[in-house]
Amino acid sequence: MDLFSKQNREVFSNPLNLDNPILVQVLGICSALAVTSQLKPAIVMGLAVTIITAFSNVIISLIRNTIPNRIRIIVQLVVVAALVTIVSQILKAVAYDVSVQLSVYVGLIITNCILMGRLEAFAMTNRPWPSFLDGIGNGLGYALILVTVGAVREFFGRGSLLGFKILPQRFYDAGYMDNGMMTMPAMALILLGCVIWVHRAYFYKEDKK
Amino acid sequence: MEHLISLFFRSIFVDNMIFAFFLGMCSFLAVSKNVKTSLGLGAAVTFVLLVTTPVNYLLLTKVLGPDCLADGVDLTYLSFILFIAVIAGIVQIVEMAVEKFSPSLYGALGIFLPLIAVNCAIMGASLFMQQRIGLDPSSTQYIGSVWDALVYGLGSGLGWTLAIVAMGAIREKMEYSDVPKPLQGLGITFITVGLMAMAMMCFSGLKI
Repeated sequence: MDLFSKQNREVFSNPLNLDNPILVQVLGICSALAVTSQLKPAIVMGLAVTIITAFSNVIISLIRNTIPNRIRIIVQLVVVAALVTIVSQILKAVAYDVSVQLSVYVGLIITNCILMGRLEAFAMTNRPWPSFLDGIGNGLGYALILVTVGAVREFFGRGSLLGFKILPQRFYDAGYMDNGMMTMPAMALILLGCVIWVHRAYFYKEDKK
Repeated sequence: MEHLISLFFRSIFVDNMIFAFFLGMCSFLAVSKNVKTSLGLGAAVTFVLLVTTPVNYLLLTKVLGPDCLADGVDLTYLSFILFIAVIAGIVQIVEMAVEKFSPSLYGALGIFLPLIAVNCAIMGASLFMQQRIGLDPSSTQYIGSVWDALVYGLGSGLGWTLAIVAMGAIREKMEYSDVPKPLQGLGITFITVGLMAMAMMCFSGLKI
């Protein structure tokens, strides 16, 4: 079996852009908005979701033939919840300040629709290796949007990236002010709306009539 | 008593599930196409929140907490699995009960009921409840008894219902407006929710 056949590469690369989980499939919006007020939590969250999606896809794909159809949702939830618990404990041990910033949103990965959506739509019917690629691809597609929105919000809201001041002091001396509105929840929604607008305007020209 | 009232109104207006924490966005965006279905889903979410939050509170403090099952045993790290199992179980029971006692309501809620199990708002309320147990008792957000948890669940559900019904009404009207092509559907919905969230920010100083 060819590990990097054309089909497998498409499984990996489609979610990054044309089939992006947030922009096109509209999955996992909840956490995407809440953790993006700064860049660092956005990156950590993106990584956590990527890892959990990939591994839960593999596990469900391995046992997909033994799961009774009626209780599959519960089985999926338990697998995901176990993985999330592990990741949350690791985060608390390794990067405590980030885990405090992310607060409940780490736990909310369990109910993140990306996971359930990919498990139902892909892992239940595919072999482990393509499922793994699908999980990584979707996780990275999700992380991409998080990092974009997080970078814009931190740059305009605080004038910094990853906690380092980017804008020089003389901008502030000349009367520039940080836009506090950017750090508010409301702006996350509006920014994401604009990202979707730009994405659709560029990639869906042929769909328009 | 004052604390309960304050907790109730704060969870509706200030700590609104949708506008402040973006919880339950997925079904919020998918279902808010008109007022009637919005109201149905809102009612179902409120009811499930009303049941799951206090149940999870009791299980968390009486079973998983430090020294509950045996001396020196602290199982709080199992809370995620416990919460999701309780939620999935209760949603199943609610579904069966509604089907048995009120077939008309069951027909109206239909597909929404099983979807609630993976609604972030339900899970989020339990996780916030867990976080708030550790707060300073004088804080308005403190949850220290099963009544606090009950009121918090009810308030969060009502806040969520308020948001989705308002959104449904706005989207009904928006059908007739001329939105740029790439912005139609999801894009404009996000921007509308953003503007609504901005309006809800005026409650943030609310003190009762």
